[in-house]
Amino acid sequence: MNYRMIGRINSFILLIEALFMIPAMLLALADRDFAVVRAFLISIGIIAVVSGLLIFLCRHAKRGFYAREGFVCVGFGWILMSLFGSVPYWLSGEIPNALNAVFETVSGFTTTGASIVRSVEDLARATNYWRCFTHWLGGMGVLVFLLAIAPIGGESEGFTMHLLRAESPGPSVGKLVPRMRRTAAILYIIYVLLTLFDFLFLLCGGMPTFDAICTAFATAGTGGFGIKNDSLASYSPYIQNVCTAFMLLFGVNFSCYYLILLRQVRNVFRDEEFRLYWGIVIASTFLIAWNLRGVATALGYTSFGETLRHSAFQVSSILTTTGFVTTDFDLWPTFSKAILLCLMAIGACAGSTGGGLKCARLLLLVKALARNIRQLLRPNSVKVIHINGRQTDERTVTNTNAYLAAYVAILVVSILLVSIDRVSLITGSTAVLACMNNIGPGLEVVGPTGTYADLSALSKIVLIVDMLAGRLEIFPILILFSGRTWKRY
Amino acid sequence: MKILIAGDGKLGETLARQLSLEGHEITLVDPDAAVLESSVNRYDVMAVQGNCAAMDVLRDAGVETSDLLIAVTGIDEVNLLCCTTAHWINPNLHTIARIRNPEYAEQAYAMRDAFAISMTVNPDLQAATEIERLLKYPGFLKRDSFAKGRMEIVELRLDEDSKLCNVPLSGLNGITKCKVLVCAVVRDGVAVTPDGNFVLMEGDRLFVTAPTDTLSVLLKNLGIITHRVQRVMIVGGGKVSYYLADALQKSHIDVQLIERDEDRCRTLADQLPKINVIRGDASDQSLLESEGLASSSALVALTGLDELNMVVALYGKRNNVPQIITKMSRIEDTSVIDNLSLGSVISPRNLCCNTIVRYVRAMQNQVGAAVTVHSIADGKAEATEFLIDKDTPHCGEPLKNLKLRENVLVVGISRGNTTEIPNGDSTFHEGDSVVIVSSGTGVIGHFSDIFA
Repeated sequence: MNYRMIGRINSFILLIEALFMIPAMLLALADRDFAVVRAFLISIGIIAVVSGLLIFLCRHAKRGFYAREGFVCVGFGWILMSLFGSVPYWLSGEIPNALNAVFETVSGFTTTGASIVRSVEDLARATNYWRCFTHWLGGMGVLVFLLAIAPIGGESEGFTMHLLRAESPGPSVGKLVPRMRRTAAILYIIYVLLTLFDFLFLLCGGMPTFDAICTAFATAGTGGFGIKNDSLASYSPYIQNVCTAFMLLFGVNFSCYYLILLRQVRNVFRDEEFRLYWGIVIASTFLIAWNLRGVATALGYTSFGETLRHSAFQVSSILTTTGFVTTDFDLWPTFSKAILLCLMAIGACAGSTGGGLKCARLLLLVKALARNIRQLLRPNSVKVIHINGRQTDERTVTNTNAYLAAYVAILVVSILLVSIDRVSLITGSTAVLACMNNIGPGLEVVGPTGTYADLSALSKIVLIVDMLAGRLEIFPILILFSGRTWKRY
Repeated sequence: MKILIAGDGKLGETLARQLSLEGHEITLVDPDAAVLESSVNRYDVMAVQGNCAAMDVLRDAGVETSDLLIAVTGIDEVNLLCCTTAHWINPNLHTIARIRNPEYAEQAYAMRDAFAISMTVNPDLQAATEIERLLKYPGFLKRDSFAKGRMEIVELRLDEDSKLCNVPLSGLNGITKCKVLVCAVVRDGVAVTPDGNFVLMEGDRLFVTAPTDTLSVLLKNLGIITHRVQRVMIVGGGKVSYYLADALQKSHIDVQLIERDEDRCRTLADQLPKINVIRGDASDQSLLESEGLASSSALVALTGLDELNMVVALYGKRNNVPQIITKMSRIEDTSVIDNLSLGSVISPRNLCCNTIVRYVRAMQNQVGAAVTVHSIADGKAEATEFLIDKDTPHCGEPLKNLKLRENVLVVGISRGNTTEIPNGDSTFHEGDSVVIVSSGTGVIGHFSDIFA
């Protein structure tokens, strides 16, 4: 194992984190909130010292960086980043409990949006900014950012592919252009531009600038930290609709935007995952709106238009794994809640900032299932799985099946562990579902109006692991626990 | 530049690595997903799976926006079709095709417009030409020419009885009695750029710059006997052997060619009536002996198996054959077999790769860009030739006044018909060819990059 190279890349990750803490610190300075300024200053200092030390210790890194190093590097990087990112919360005393602070940071970076803060309106503006910014950085991935700005792979080595593969979501990760650095840069440029548009649209709706920045960051990363206790419920319908639209846009595979830039719009609309994604959105929205028609007045929705708006918002928020809310969907009828539960597991498109199982995997699993059934009936038939008219590699199919198995296994074990807490089965299982899929709100205690604050320490630790496993697509985290990873050859 | 490489085989992968290193955007096309994945994991390139001669696969790979297509699949016909199709889609595309079958050589050249090929490469023919060049100057392990053949960098290996053992470099010119420059030394697998106090030792491999016309003087004064090659034994009857035997028979050299397959022997005997084709197994040492190995002036191991070539070469060494040339097709890093003294090691793949890389550089056609590049010292250093034009900085200034980058050495200046090994007072002017040697990472693509 090439520890020095891993250490070096991790030190770069920490440096970037420290760099991005500076705006938060300046914001606190502008607000004359000196406790928070101190907290951020000390955090930046600690990170600078630690990464400096790491760079010094790892100055003679050898070559040789393979799939194993890639996974370990990404897994470790995210854990380190989360630990150090939580220091400001803890030092400023805004989240006095260290475990809670780590939970909040992991929830931020993994774009989950599950919060242990009972009243976010009491937090300092700088703290809220940092919470939302962690979403933005975690959404596209800090290593992708690193790949875009720093030549960590040198000019020659292709090993950066292992990093991209370990950090980016989806069953088969590929580059947009031959050069890794340009690929990463293109992804970030699209990301920044979309975030900027989101921000401008929110401003046009009369949202205060600070709120618009935080909301745009949280939407872009499909995170879901709100800066108001009622999330987005108190904003105007226009703002809620803008959020719906942008949540959906950030849930689309970013290679689609690249294709649009290349003026290959037709290919985008032919993409099977793209069609499935929008099909799910439209079908679920209308199903829920239809299901809500009897109870709309009881919930306080005055018109069908308002019902449709809330339905569309919640569907996009859950499917893209953002986790914003405009209404307490815990009060909705069971069928609607069941639809939302299904959406939780499905998640957004591969190659987007969203979490979950991903539409691409769903598509592949359904096709593989159909093939298996056919082969049971006609054992000698040979069939190849096509996606977008192209043959899918059998290894991708096997990997996707393995992924589903690992996903379900972790889900079951986590629900068992969380159930030790004296919570209801619905609370426990939706808490795990919401964290594992990086959504945020579940049902009942952890529902739209609740928080994760009352769970036990054990549950929080389990959920922290789930969030990381969900964001990094299980294997980089699972691999850290495997003895074989640490064996010498 | 955007470059498509069709065929991710030995040559395709070497090209992908080299060209990606030089900053080009590479897309590999191959029907085999497994080899593509291993290339993508190793180099900063993109891969498209499919048949490279099919239109939609080429479009997928971005042929419309590419500048160059290099077709190096294992099948000549596919390479031709690939170039023709790609050029039909994108008329501005340059195309390079690998054509190995000698039967196609003529039509590939005559019909190059119809096929839309900018250049054909034939690794076997190149390897044969290179071997022939080496046979003309026995004693050098490798020769790289620059400045239209007026200057060479030759590789020498110091045996225990060499006159140069334990001699500091400052005393070198006294022994050679002609002006030469040692630009790199490989000792124990490590390449160093030596200075005047560097003491040479047994087993060192020297890379020496010299004007081409002093080569024979150099050989004589170093005590390496230059004998005219009279009898050559070629082991293996592949394409390289065919080209080589054909060239040698034209210079009236007595050639023994050993090949195992009877049909192939018959074909060779038909095509090359003047040489002795012998049917037999090259691993059978008594056969080699009975065919006169001990009296041969050179042994060339050209079978399709690297391992067998190595064993044959070692066997020749034990029988004191003066010159041994070994073909290595698969092994990329030859440093592991360095101390086996296999003589000159020829890699058709690397030769072909160098030709294509040179074409790519010429295509860029920028002011001050490299004209010729040879990798020397097992790829740990690069010898690069530049043409000086009126925009080149520091024209006419003595070298001692210039601050060069670390690990860069100016090793030769060629002007008109003369070639000079430079010292501190040398200058370069418009129209000169300058050869530099650089070690360490990174390729120097522009002459202005050599200055600190």
